Amino acid sequence: MTNADRNTTAAPLDRSDNRLRDDQSFAGALRAFLDRVRSGDLGMLPVAVGLVVISLVFTALNPVFLAPNNLVNLLFDCATVGVISLGIVCVLMLGEIDLSVGSMSGLASAIVGVLWVNSGVPIVLAIFIALGAGALVGVVYAFLFTRLGMPSFVATLSGLLALLGMQLYLLGSTGSINLPYQSELVRFGQILIMPDWLTYALAVVPGVALVLGGLSTNRQRIAEGLSPIAVRLVVTKAVILTAALVFAGWYLNLGRGLPWMFALFVVLAVVLNYGLTRTKWGRSMFAVGGNREAARRAGINVKRIYLSAFVLCSTLAAAGGILAASRLASSSQQAGTGDVNLNAIAAAVIGGTSLFGGRGSAWSAVLGIIVIQAISNGLTLLNLSSSLRYMITGAVLAIAVIVDSLARRSRVSHGRG
Amino acid sequence: MPHTNPASAEPILRLREISKSFGAVSALTEIELDVYAGEVVALVGDNGAGKSTLVNILAGVHQPTTGTIEYLGQQVTLASPSAALGMGIATVFQDLALCENLDVVANLFLGHELSAWRLDEVKMEVRAWALLSELAARIPSVRLPIASLSGGQRQTVAIARSLLLDPKIIMLDEPTAALGVAQTAEVLNLIERVRDRGLGVIVISHNMDEVRAVADRIVVLRLGRNNGVFTADTSHEDLVAAITGAAENSVTRRQKSRAERDGQERPHDQR
Ligand SMILES: Nc1ncnc2c1ncn2[C@@H]1O[C@H](COP(=O)(O)OP(=O)(O)OP(=O)(O)O)[C@@H](O)[C@H]1O
Ligand SMILES: [Mg+2]
Repeated sequence: MTNADRNTTAAPLDRSDNRLRDDQSFAGALRAFLDRVRSGDLGMLPVAVGLVVISLVFTALNPVFLAPNNLVNLLFDCATVGVISLGIVCVLMLGEIDLSVGSMSGLASAIVGVLWVNSGVPIVLAIFIALGAGALVGVVYAFLFTRLGMPSFVATLSGLLALLGMQLYLLGSTGSINLPYQSELVRFGQILIMPDWLTYALAVVPGVALVLGGLSTNRQRIAEGLSPIAVRLVVTKAVILTAALVFAGWYLNLGRGLPWMFALFVVLAVVLNYGLTRTKWGRSMFAVGGNREAARRAGINVKRIYLSAFVLCSTLAAAGGILAASRLASSSQQAGTGDVNLNAIAAAVIGGTSLFGGRGSAWSAVLGIIVIQAISNGLTLLNLSSSLRYMITGAVLAIAVIVDSLARRSRVSHGRG
Repeated sequence: MPHTNPASAEPILRLREISKSFGAVSALTEIELDVYAGEVVALVGDNGAGKSTLVNILAGVHQPTTGTIEYLGQQVTLASPSAALGMGIATVFQDLALCENLDVVANLFLGHELSAWRLDEVKMEVRAWALLSELAARIPSVRLPIASLSGGQRQTVAIARSLLLDPKIIMLDEPTAALGVAQTAEVLNLIERVRDRGLGVIVISHNMDEVRAVADRIVVLRLGRNNGVFTADTSHEDLVAAITGAAENSVTRRQKSRAERDGQERPHDQR
């Protein structure tokens, strides 16, 4: 080996190629970030920009928009469709789609209403049966897709109609079942709020976890002879994150406070995020979405991955439907119809999960649904009819998909997969 | 050659009358192939001769239409790539089969990640560097997505991946097609090293010098059929004749006309 090869003999394993730019400093990190954005790896950027623009516009039009209690309501609304959107992230990750999540959520709310209110089945059991129905529908989709080769688009489109039919059949002639107002389920969907101190305590957790995780990774990396990660960057990130969360908690506490239902949604997102980024299952999801045949040749059980995604998606859709029923205190024929489907899909795409598979994150559902609900909430405050709301939401989805395809084209030409 | 004498041992892999047809095309017809431990078998043949098809069958990607495969003395069916990998048959595919959206470490460990429920990224990264340096890889960072690597770098990643699981047989489908001089030499060294460790190696290449430098036996396929087994000291002309199916072929014609153009005597007078 010549000197040029080994001019940095003492450098850690992963820093020995001198073509690699050092992105460990603040300036370096910023440069790396700009590079990523320029090459089409937009991540959460569009959603962040979108949120700022939306807040400015709607606050200018009606100052009530930013009132703490309006935001609390917004978070209540986010949780229902947001949970559905988490499932959509899973199927989009594989480059597939589930168009029946709206109907599935409606069916789940009908199941809970009929079993619990009409037949007197214990509420917990009714909820489990509804979730089980969701899982079963996912199994059917996976079977149609992996065994019979039916495109998920078609399978779930027919599912959309079939599930809606089942929902109407279950609800029968009455068409709607009111859930008791005093029940825990309805209170959970309408009034249960976290105590202030707990909100603040939880606001600190992500930052602390980030720093502790970073330090432990660092210790392990140094022990193994790899270059340390930039602790300063991690700490900065954690400080900014904690400040933002504490501020958000404080602001919500000026009103009613943080809804438990939204907390449940965030917990589900955290779990899904861990699954996608830190487990073998998540790795396989990305691999199958990126290159199905390569994943198969690497020994991954591709059919099982598809099964897991479809089952998760339908089950989460059922969960979202139950949350929606508790939010509205009713199971009705309208539940899950209208824009539920599109909002759930739009949220995931707006948040940065690609329609083309192999790229996405659980957080995209959280941020995306906040954007969607903010638009919907703002338009409602302006007393605009739902016809206009639909048109605007449709346009937002179109813009999100355009951004996604343009970014993908740019990524391909910049070698970022 | 430091390997065990094939004649004295059972082959670890024995293919009998393997045929494979894709619809009307019979890609392979009654192929016979033995691979012994500690031996490098080169598989040569023209484009479309069926080399990759044979490798894909052994990798569990395709199922043979007829024929039997014996592995370690047992008749086996390689129903899926994971079955083949599980038995210790590792493959570097001609199209590499990498996931472009994942980084180098993720691709190396794909399907075999360390600690499934809490991925050990640090251990995987260290192991990745160790594997890659064994191949004299020139990869700036193992955290780059495959999409941003050069063709040769990708090939190195694919080769490194095949070593990960301590296989008994390694199949390399044109492993050096995109490699630089140093990397090709490292791959040839590597082939000899794993051979000396007692592994069976099947290597496909169109480069006859390379084949003769590294192979213990050279198996020629022609139009999906066996067309002879040769040793490393077989002359270039005989190999080319077996591959193209005629003593008088485009390669010899080209050499002939070139020799005449240069006004020199033809090096070999053939028949
Ligand atoms: N998946 C497939 N479907 C249909 N036909 C195929 C398929 N794979 C290979 N074939 C056919 O089988 C024959 C052998 O192909 P194969 O890829 O094995 O050739 P090869 O020897 O690897 O050639 P090369 O040197 O170009 O890589 C070709 O005629 C090809 O058209
Ligand atoms: Mg080939």
